[in-house]
Amino acid sequence: MGRDTLTGSRIRERRLMLGLRQAELARQVDISASYLNLIEHNRRRIGGKLLVDLARVLAVEPSMLTEGAEVALLSTLREAAAALSRPVAELDRVDEFAGRFPGWAEVLAHAQKRISSLEQTVQTLSDRLTHDPHLAASLHEVLSTAAAIRSTASILAETGELEAEWRDRFHKNLNEDSQRLAESSRALVNFLDEGNTSADRRGVPQEEVERFFLEAGHHFAELETPDAAAQEVALQTLIEESGALVADAARTIAREALRQYCADARALPLAALSDVLSEHGSDPSAIARAFGVDLPTVLRRLGALPPEVLGQEAGLVVCDGSGSILFHKPVAGFALPRFGASCPLWPLYTALSRPQQPIHREVVQQGRSSVGFDCYAVSWPRLSADFDRDPLYHAVMLILPKREASDVAQSVGASCRICPMAACAARREPSLLKEGF
Amino acid sequence: MGRHVVLVEDEPNITEAIRFLLTRDGWKVDSHADGTDAVDVIRAAKPDLVILDLMLPGKSGLEIIKELRDSDELPGLPVLMLTARGQLKDREMAERAGVTRFMTKPFSNTEVLTAVRDLHAQAGLNRAAAGGREGERTDLAERAGQG
Repeated sequence: MGRDTLTGSRIRERRLMLGLRQAELARQVDISASYLNLIEHNRRRIGGKLLVDLARVLAVEPSMLTEGAEVALLSTLREAAAALSRPVAELDRVDEFAGRFPGWAEVLAHAQKRISSLEQTVQTLSDRLTHDPHLAASLHEVLSTAAAIRSTASILAETGELEAEWRDRFHKNLNEDSQRLAESSRALVNFLDEGNTSADRRGVPQEEVERFFLEAGHHFAELETPDAAAQEVALQTLIEESGALVADAARTIAREALRQYCADARALPLAALSDVLSEHGSDPSAIARAFGVDLPTVLRRLGALPPEVLGQEAGLVVCDGSGSILFHKPVAGFALPRFGASCPLWPLYTALSRPQQPIHREVVQQGRSSVGFDCYAVSWPRLSADFDRDPLYHAVMLILPKREASDVAQSVGASCRICPMAACAARREPSLLKEGF
Repeated sequence: MGRHVVLVEDEPNITEAIRFLLTRDGWKVDSHADGTDAVDVIRAAKPDLVILDLMLPGKSGLEIIKELRDSDELPGLPVLMLTARGQLKDREMAERAGVTRFMTKPFSNTEVLTAVRDLHAQAGLNRAAAGGREGERTDLAERAGQG
């Protein structure tokens, strides 16, 4: 059916949309209702004054009634029909559909355009992953080096009697390949990071805070004073002058974390703490007793100390009652996922489920080296309970690396996605890694 | 049937590990690190099996296998392709080009050894079957001539 022959259908559609009775419209343009009925069923052609009168009463341009929808709209509707693998739409009646239901036709056309746009985006991203030469080369380098390491290590581990010459050669290869793997992994991370402009990175305030603390080595000499007012001034200066803190949200989070740092520094002054550490070592309970402070303060403070004061490296994780990580200080060998949920087997979460009870566990992270970690964790009420209010707990975990894990070390992971422990009761989702890989 | 393999791989330490592995399994291993003249090297060596990296300098593993298959010079030659690209479409492209088996990096030594032994055994069976059919055809022709 031709477009110009559907004038009646468009009149009917428009009339119904306006809620006009057929008799009422007929009366307003001075024709009989039965004649209008014939027009609306495309059994009478109209033009001239009657068309102009009908368009005036229906509040549209006469061309909208005679020409109906735009050509582009019809073209998009045809594309939408063609996009389906099976022929379902009545293509010969597309004009009628657009004319009778112009609003729905616009919705469908808009959806079709959006689908096309999204498909284009997916294609572009897919092409970037598939064809980006730098990315492909970096990934190829990483996987090839991993293959060489795996193959060589397997020979060394599984071949019973290996001649000294071969053994030395494979050891040398392993050393070379591990260095290459470190370099190529770093190059890959740098490449991926280059894609994140500063604008893109805005809106991830936790990352900005993380960078701010890392740049300072998690230690702020300016805040190591017993004078709370002086600390507050120094804290504000630190935040104002930081290039890492861009987003307002990041500044707010950093300010809160630094205020906690200040409170902990006042409770455990650096010089005195250094003396106690020399005498008692880094035993949190002994330090808490020596200063008469609570364990969460001790753990947070020890976690923020420079290695030369503590006598070793230390990591720190703080979470809220939902288990969400609020703050973390990384330590070599203990993987802390940047995104997504962490391993529920961490003593941090045990502490959360046993309020205010100190937890000490030796752990080893599966799929990583044989290094063990002494983890000290405890939760504390950030907001104490009242008769009409439940307490709000936070938990902290201090992570102290050990040279080697002992037999009693508990196995934990980092995050299910990168944990090789297949038979784990705490698993939430399948791992990307295979056990024993 | 011989046990001669040509390994085309530009990663020297992978080459060294596979050479060690296969030599211990009784294979003669020739290695080559450049894709440009890899087809000539394979044609000249006439090996029993080829292990081919996908991403090679000069010419890709896919181009090499296509040239080999197009020439019909080494029919039935088993080719094991090693690659860092493990997507389904990469596998399909490799199979269409004529790769016999596809293995993604990082692979284990056991996987490589098992694949090489399987491909070698299968190639032997294929040759025996082809030889049997050829023999049957010859017998029939001779009988027809006598008749």
